[in-house]
Amino acid sequence: MSAVLDARAILLDGALITIQLFLAAACLTIAMSIAAGVLRQSPIRWIRWAVVVYVETFRGTSVVVQMFWIYFALPSLGLKLDAFPTAIVALGLCFGAYGSEVVRGAIAAVPKEQYEAAIALNMRPLERLRSVILPQAFIVALPPYTNILVLLLKSTSAASLITIPELTFRATALNQITYQTTWIFGTILVVYFLLASVISRAMRLLESRCSHWRRPIQSASPA
Amino acid sequence: MQPLAPAHPVGISGMSFDWSFALGILPALLRAALITVVVTILSFGLALVGGLVLVLLRRAHPIASRIVGGVVEFIRNTPLLVQILFLYLVLPEHGIVLTSFQTGVLAMGIHYSVYLSEVYRAAIDAVPRGQWEAARALNFTTFSTYAYVVLPQAVPVVVPSAGNILVYMFKDSPLLAAISLVELVFTAQNIAAETFNYLEPMTLVGLIFLAMGLASAQLVRMVERHVGSRWMKR
Repeated sequence: MSAVLDARAILLDGALITIQLFLAAACLTIAMSIAAGVLRQSPIRWIRWAVVVYVETFRGTSVVVQMFWIYFALPSLGLKLDAFPTAIVALGLCFGAYGSEVVRGAIAAVPKEQYEAAIALNMRPLERLRSVILPQAFIVALPPYTNILVLLLKSTSAASLITIPELTFRATALNQITYQTTWIFGTILVVYFLLASVISRAMRLLESRCSHWRRPIQSASPA
Repeated sequence: MQPLAPAHPVGISGMSFDWSFALGILPALLRAALITVVVTILSFGLALVGGLVLVLLRRAHPIASRIVGGVVEFIRNTPLLVQILFLYLVLPEHGIVLTSFQTGVLAMGIHYSVYLSEVYRAAIDAVPRGQWEAARALNFTTFSTYAYVVLPQAVPVVVPSAGNILVYMFKDSPLLAAISLVELVFTAQNIAAETFNYLEPMTLVGLIFLAMGLASAQLVRMVERHVGSRWMKR
């Protein structure tokens, strides 16, 4: 009986680390995707090129390879990161690259008139972006961004491969002691499913909160 | 396999990229890349068939649709790595012993058949209603309706998304290193562990993946154009 309780505590602890890892990586993901999505439209050519190289490199290789490269190869170039920062950086940069495409599409979906109106009102470029373009792009970006955050959550399990004691790592370790394979892995699958559901719910809530002001316009147009 | 000599003592000159060492390990890595390609293509084939089965089940009966829908949601929202480990560790407990290669194909195939079923669903929904009605008016059986009317029209819609999924599968294949499948990343890890040199193997793995990713994206674009033009001619 006590062994079962122990296993629960161990898995719960692992789930907490998974959540921490997810939250930290999500912050970096959001920051990177906004930065890259906005700078992709920069008037300066070499900035645009740098963004394209970043996005294509991180979208072209898998997050596992990136994690391994940062964890194992980067130290020989003189930069040594611990496992936890490595996982955050790899996940954040990888999904930031995916997210930047969402942000770019959302910015492109803002009607041209909005830019023109902002210019006509004599707004400076940064002000234009901050108070006119991004608030409107934000709502368009939310639904596809939900997918990216769920993908990010699922990819945190890859951090177990660089020995971060999160949920998947704990399950593998626990399995080697107890051999209650079906129970352990069934449990963590359910935990991941519940966490993903929480993310989807939270994003849907955010979406309905943020598009509140939009409703009259939407109902006026034919569905 | 040729002996893999450690290039330098790590502490002293592990700072730079050793080209001759990199060239020496390249054949072993390319052989491993072949396994990555084979696993990915086999599981893609499984996913193509599995996705079709799932979507047809979903359309067959409301209760089947509910059950399949629940399973699809569950598989979509849980990590592939955990599913791989689950199959690898749990199946033998119930008397089904598979190699890591077979487990890998099965796990990736199941995981991505769920994604493909959504692609098929969208494509079948995009076939105009009139086509179904015409098939019924001509007294087609359900099988003939799908085989000769609906699916041929759905294929051109499916190809681009299915291609993207293939590219995703390539990128997820390193997860199979977790069940000791001797693919690209696993081989690189082995080389690195033998020679204490991580920089060259890991960098090469990244570059090989980048090259394969770009090549497969190009391939998908070509197929897309081919299918698209063939469709337009009819």
